[in-house]
Amino acid sequence: MSEYRLEMRGVVKTFPGVKALDHAQLKLRPGSVHALMGENGAGKSTLMKCMFGIYHMDEGEVIYEGEPVHIRGPLDALNRGIAMVHQELQPIPERSIAENIYVGRYPMKMGFLVDHEKMYEDAAEVLKEVHLNFDPKAKLGTLSVSQMQLVEIAKAVSADCKVLILDEPTSSLTAAEVEALFTIVNELRGKGVSIVYISHKMDEILRISDEVTIMRDGQYIGTWEAKELTTDFIITKMVGRELSNLYPTRSNTPGEVVFEVEDFTSINPKSFRHASFNVRKGEILGVAGLVGAQRTELMEGLFGLRCHSAGKITYQGKELKINQPKDAIDAGIAMLTEDRRATGILGVLSVADNVSVASLNQYLIGGIMLDDKKIEELVQDNVAKLSIKTPSSKTQIQSLSGGNQQKVLISRWLARDPDVFILDEPTRGIDVGAKYEIYCIIADLAKKGKSVIMISSEMSELIGMSDRVMVMCDGRVTGFIDGKDANQENIMALATQFE
Amino acid sequence: MQKLNTFNPKKFLSDNAIILLILLLAVFTAFNSENFISQSNLKNLIINVSPRFIIACGVSGCLIIKGTDLSAGRQVGLAACVSAMLLQEVGYAARMFPDLPDIPWPVAMLIVMAIMAVFGAINGAIIAFLKVPPFIATLGMQLVVYGICSVTTGNQPMGGYKESYRKVASGTLKTWSEELTKKDMSLNPIGKALDFIPYLAIFALIVGLFIWFLYNKTRHGKYMYAIGGNESAAQVAGVNVPATIIRIYVLASILYGLAGFLVGAKAGGASTATAYGYELEAIAACTIGGVSANGGVGKVSGVLVGVLVFEVLKICLQFLRLDPAYTFIAQGLVIIIAVALDLRKYLAKK
Repeated sequence: MSEYRLEMRGVVKTFPGVKALDHAQLKLRPGSVHALMGENGAGKSTLMKCMFGIYHMDEGEVIYEGEPVHIRGPLDALNRGIAMVHQELQPIPERSIAENIYVGRYPMKMGFLVDHEKMYEDAAEVLKEVHLNFDPKAKLGTLSVSQMQLVEIAKAVSADCKVLILDEPTSSLTAAEVEALFTIVNELRGKGVSIVYISHKMDEILRISDEVTIMRDGQYIGTWEAKELTTDFIITKMVGRELSNLYPTRSNTPGEVVFEVEDFTSINPKSFRHASFNVRKGEILGVAGLVGAQRTELMEGLFGLRCHSAGKITYQGKELKINQPKDAIDAGIAMLTEDRRATGILGVLSVADNVSVASLNQYLIGGIMLDDKKIEELVQDNVAKLSIKTPSSKTQIQSLSGGNQQKVLISRWLARDPDVFILDEPTRGIDVGAKYEIYCIIADLAKKGKSVIMISSEMSELIGMSDRVMVMCDGRVTGFIDGKDANQENIMALATQFE
Repeated sequence: MQKLNTFNPKKFLSDNAIILLILLLAVFTAFNSENFISQSNLKNLIINVSPRFIIACGVSGCLIIKGTDLSAGRQVGLAACVSAMLLQEVGYAARMFPDLPDIPWPVAMLIVMAIMAVFGAINGAIIAFLKVPPFIATLGMQLVVYGICSVTTGNQPMGGYKESYRKVASGTLKTWSEELTKKDMSLNPIGKALDFIPYLAIFALIVGLFIWFLYNKTRHGKYMYAIGGNESAAQVAGVNVPATIIRIYVLASILYGLAGFLVGAKAGGASTATAYGYELEAIAACTIGGVSANGGVGKVSGVLVGVLVFEVLKICLQFLRLDPAYTFIAQGLVIIIAVALDLRKYLAKK
């Protein structure tokens, strides 16, 4: 028996256009809590999904209890005693708590019947173990999000796991619920379980964990004993790159305030509320926050993709009524959404169609027929201006790299010449080289007097690109920092200002 | 960079497997039965393909936006029945509405298309605003339309059409030029050639050209492909998604109206059973012709190929004297294989 329960070595995982993991590693001791830290996009969740068999790694090996293993899928992982509680829960709210715990591995009798009696008994047992006093026959949907999270943990416990992965388990929990969770984690540690704990909350990490591994850009940075660490040290290691040369020098000068948002509140009480801010002409406003800070939700609300219950949006002194994206677009607002694949690109359509879809009204002949020649000119113009690398304008956009897809989407909006650009994670999933080009485009927009709102989860990007940084935490705007004074410490301080 | 124009035989085979198989079957049939390659059979094929192509054009829009239209066949049936009511001979004894004035067939055709447009608008509105999945919405509509058809016709089959209405289906360009020149052209070689082009084919040609223009040259077409490619992204880009969906279903129903009018003329009568199962044939033809079940992809030329392939299959099986019961099995298998092959193209990419 080796010193470690589980080791991951030299893990490489590439997604189209981006290297998510670059020789990452992790070593878990039995009976210990191991914190995994890094910025958003550092590859923590990807590494865990490789361990749990959701992703298959391109290179690297997993050594489990002294033997190299190949984990074929989540079920295989569970059978080996590796369990995972996901950041995004995947519950079946219409079925009972017990069924949710035992889904996929129901206790059977006579080989083909589900043994309901045993299932409910066992479920009651494991629920007791996580101090959750509920009837296992109750519908899962009747529980709160945090209680569902505990059910997920109960599920892991019921699998008699030896390795438990908790991906941001406390992001939706109250202080009391966090204490309850910690009690359970401590008990599991006492039983010899190796726990991987992913979280952004420094105080929690320093309290609960024995060891800390830090990752950055998919690479392994190092592992330290938790008691040697300080918050400052962790942040430096997490961000840790040279900030010079990564960003273009900007020559934009913010002018008067043009875009104003007052008291903007979601219809969902847990989402954004009472958000007030403004953007100047030619200004880049960075928006910082942790996962769950509701930054995307706020911006999608402004763009008409989500409903709001209160709030006022004014552009150049005129109040805007925005109920759907079309209203926002007509008012001169453009938005690059966070998830390019889900809400950005029209995957099977050509580059030309993707560039022109938002501005077809400008290319109608006699109100009916589209002017193919002018559209082609528009596309070629943008391909040259933003140096989009594509074999032709007829190429399907989904075959381009992430950076080029993003440029196509930027051209889509440039064709309409909007005044306000909302960019949600504009460089997510884009290679370092292409990132610089996107930064140049953003800087150029600001220089031309456009107002840019840029959500980013990369600290260095926010600090390097913003004239001002707005920080959000848990649905609220918690403060503004001038771009020149912004650093990870003061941003992180505002971003963790939980109520 | 990978060369885009290199011919990949394996890919060509797998992309066109169904079409090639049916062509092989046609060649096989031609060698094994007389008359398969004959003037009457070819004309018959054109007459059968024309209304089906019009229906498939209607369904293709729904499929491109990842929807479907299971009410297509019943709408065609209702359209045929309404056409019958409007176009029975004035002196016909069993006339449904004895007091109805004599209506010229083009007027009746437009009335039928307008009536069907209402059903399309309802389909579209239910899907766009109430967000009912198209499968369910149009399944319900299928029953509703069938019910309406039964009620209005009293479940009685109708016949006794005016000569001018029947001619819409039976006439060819030869009939037309004979009427113009007042000469018998049966023995004339030009007349023989013109006889190959029935009026039905002209209707189909006009619809095909119109749909090609709509899909490729107009904003509506671009929006349709955008919604099919990625509905949420299209919405983010400012596309009026509900309006586009409704337009697509309205157009589809108008085409069913036209097709129903033609199917009725061809059959010389109509009943609640007219155009039974046409929606499935149309969906199958579209899929065989490369209208992707994943949305965003589909061409008018593909739809035509799909309809042709399906009709050729039917005729081949007929000529090979296969029991009609077996024909259904063969058609069903072709549908499943076509969709499975289509989806495989996308699976391979992941």
